[in-house]
Amino acid sequence: MTAEPAPRPPQPDAGPAPVAESDVVPIVELRHITREFGTEPRVRALRDVDLTLDHGSSLAIVGVSGSGKSTLLNVLGCLDRPTSGTYLLDGIDVSRLDERLRAVLRAEVIGFVFQTFNLLAHRSVLDNVMLAEVYRGGSREGREGRADRALTALERVGMQDRARFLPTRLSGGEQQRVAIARALMADHSLLLCDEPTGNLDSANTDSVLGLFDELSAGGLTLVIVTHEEQVAAHAERRVRMVDGVLTEEP
Amino acid sequence: MSPRSPAPRRRRRTAVPGPSMSARDLLGEAFAGLLARPARVLLTVLGTVIGVGALVATLGLSKTASNQIVGHFDALEATDIVVSPSVRGGGARGAVLPWDAEARLRRLNGVVAAGTIADVDVRGALVRSVPINDPLAAGATQLPMKAVSPGVFQAVHAGLTAGRFFDAGHSQRGDRVVVLGVNAARRVGISRVDQQPAIFIGDRLYVVIGILSAVRRQPTLLGAVIMPEGTARREFGLAAPALAQVETRIGAVDLIARQAPVALSPSDPKLLKVAAPPDPRELRGEVKNDLNALFLLLGGVSLLVGAIGIANVTLVSVLERVGEIGLRRALGAGRQHIAGQFLLESTAMGLAGGVIGASAGTLVIVAVSAANTWTPVLDPWVPLGAPLLGALIGLLSGTYPALRAAALEPVEALRAGT
Repeated sequence: MTAEPAPRPPQPDAGPAPVAESDVVPIVELRHITREFGTEPRVRALRDVDLTLDHGSSLAIVGVSGSGKSTLLNVLGCLDRPTSGTYLLDGIDVSRLDERLRAVLRAEVIGFVFQTFNLLAHRSVLDNVMLAEVYRGGSREGREGRADRALTALERVGMQDRARFLPTRLSGGEQQRVAIARALMADHSLLLCDEPTGNLDSANTDSVLGLFDELSAGGLTLVIVTHEEQVAAHAERRVRMVDGVLTEEP
Repeated sequence: MSPRSPAPRRRRRTAVPGPSMSARDLLGEAFAGLLARPARVLLTVLGTVIGVGALVATLGLSKTASNQIVGHFDALEATDIVVSPSVRGGGARGAVLPWDAEARLRRLNGVVAAGTIADVDVRGALVRSVPINDPLAAGATQLPMKAVSPGVFQAVHAGLTAGRFFDAGHSQRGDRVVVLGVNAARRVGISRVDQQPAIFIGDRLYVVIGILSAVRRQPTLLGAVIMPEGTARREFGLAAPALAQVETRIGAVDLIARQAPVALSPSDPKLLKVAAPPDPRELRGEVKNDLNALFLLLGGVSLLVGAIGIANVTLVSVLERVGEIGLRRALGAGRQHIAGQFLLESTAMGLAGGVIGASAGTLVIVAVSAANTWTPVLDPWVPLGAPLLGALIGLLSGTYPALRAAALEPVEALRAGT
């Protein structure tokens, strides 16, 4: 667990604030987060977790299966609600938001990369990448430039020549690159990766990790859940989950 | 992951913007979802096509057929009256209709033709044709014997294959002439009259002067030997006509039905009963209502089956696409977006089924009408409203699956994978 600065009260709906040093906030602040499942017996997947992430940092969460890594990632991604505690995402108290606004945060702030890629098999690579912007609305002009932005994102991961392919024609590494391009497409602040190399061979793993290095160097905040030491070593900071308890590792 | 550029420092977010997804994107995602499984969509739409098509076809055919039925009814049945002694007339039955009934009826304004008919009791006499010594002939036979007034032939729309009808002169003189119904003529082996064939009724000889080919009323005449009333009175002691057949002008049937008993039996009209057709307008309504009720029921059942098909396929689609739903939720889709997409998909399937079904149903109406030389009749709102009905069915069928899709928690849905 990390030492936390003095807690500040969340002000999610306050009016415009003047620019000041005190207004610069971490992108992620977890305070005393717990997550319990079931009733009898109750399973405590997260126990009093505190975590702070600055913008542009990279974090690896390691631990054995069932230790609570994915639960923590789901809480960070606003896919799940903690049982207790406070989660400030870019200064917004997420626990106060209803489901509708949490969905907006997912569209605007958080990108996901999954172990199983989660690409739509019947849609082209380009369509899959463009899907990242579908739930962000935007102007007509913005929609018209969507394909160009998707191609740019594919270019960043070296997949622009596969834009018209169906995902089923791609290798695992290529599919994961497309999934990363989808996450990059929406220009999110926070990229959450759940075992991103879990289904890849060593060559593709190296390729994807190299890509993560580039993204991190570009200022994107990365959180990678993994049980592979090789992957965790690429993050500048590493924490370990053991039975729902988060501990900082040197 | 280094080296890296300095982390950007950001201001606190002050508020979360409202959720947004353009209608165009929603439509695009819905249609992409449909096009991803074209074979299944086609099979699903087929259910609605059959339902809507059956509904349109049955509505159109019921209207076309009822118009056709009523048209036939108007042309013949609506002008048909039969007057006969009522049962309540008791023993006087045989003598209620006067011998001059035909003349009395023809004097009524609205009567086109009239005549009287009676069964003749020939006391078991057999009928045989001449010559009688043909060993191959069937020999003597028993045939129904009818006595009619000359006006009957016009009143029943009788046609001739050969010869002529007898007239009032034959009746007044009691001439021994007969007209044979086509079936009776076949029984006695007579097919032409130019050689003046004759038949024996018992031991009395009658000249056959004509052979009926068809009648549109009183079909029993086709199997009978028909003689003039005057002849039957003289030869067989016929007491009175048994019934009067009347043809009226269209629209006059009610009037004549009231006047005929008075004209024929002024002292006690109740001794006569009148068989007249129901009001054609009422019959038209009854026919249409009966057909519409039947066909609407069939169409409704077909539509219900189509709706269940859409609901079933949409529900299966939701269950199969749980992972996709999870992905969309992770990418920022709200519950309303997920519900909207599945509702649009089911509505589009219903609409497509409605359009194709309405077209197919209309084609069926035209084809059936052409095959029967009917005039196709279809209310304009049926083909126009059928696609909307299909869309409504799709919308209603998709509601439950869409709500189930929207209720899925993102974490649970993602766990299912794509």
